[in-house]
Amino acid sequence: MIQTATAAATQTLVVERELPYPPEKVWRALTQSALLEEWLMKNDFEPRVGHRFNFRSEPMPPRWNGVVDCEVLAVEPNRRLAYSWNSSGEEAATGLKTTVAWTLTPTERGTHLRMEQSGFRPQDEFFHQGARYGWQKMIASLERVVAGLG
Amino acid sequence: MSYEFVMAVTPNEVFAALADPTRRSIFERLSRHGEQTVRALTERAGVSQPAVSKHLGVLKHAGLVRDRPDGRQTHYSARPRGLAPLVDWMSIYGAFWRDRFDRLEDLLKRMDQ
Repeated sequence: MIQTATAAATQTLVVERELPYPPEKVWRALTQSALLEEWLMKNDFEPRVGHRFNFRSEPMPPRWNGVVDCEVLAVEPNRRLAYSWNSSGEEAATGLKTTVAWTLTPTERGTHLRMEQSGFRPQDEFFHQGARYGWQKMIASLERVVAGLG
Repeated sequence: MSYEFVMAVTPNEVFAALADPTRRSIFERLSRHGEQTVRALTERAGVSQPAVSKHLGVLKHAGLVRDRPDGRQTHYSARPRGLAPLVDWMSIYGAFWRDRFDRLEDLLKRMDQ
């Protein structure tokens, strides 16, 4: 399930899923570097508050150099894990400044896993929409010009 | 000699650059038809050559076009990467995390064995 929520100043992306495995096992997949690499990205993660690390993957032009700058913010074994998730290098100034927080809740059938990525700045979406609006207006005016050429 | 703008450009600057209809049409023209001289752009723009040059300066500052001086002429081309600050991060990450949750489930299944 994916939903977005509007906070006072920034937006949050939530992805959650019911997993048929106990929290202890899900926790290992979230916190052991080698396991983490298998499903998320290469990393030098350690489950220790204050630890700075990177996630690394193939660069994805035009916007991602493939590196995420992170710092561990919270570690509560089998329950909660949070780290910052920021753009790095040249992209740091205009890229992301977000936090990724994982919450594990035991259920009858296993674990309810919730990922919350917060800190998306609303102006990004605003400018995106604004630019799209601008493009639409421009395309409409181009069509009028072309129609006028008859 | 052409060069890439590597300075940080904010969404605000890109949006401001494209907010002007003349600049949008210049950028659109360069995107569709490739490299052009200021003179060629002026013939189509419906404004004076100094005005076109000024618009190109704004687009260049926003990282949306690059220039290539060639003798007395300057050729301009679009730089699609310049639109990057407008990328919709929330949509991208929505798809990204869904995919990673699938991979996590696969891994948990294999950890059982």
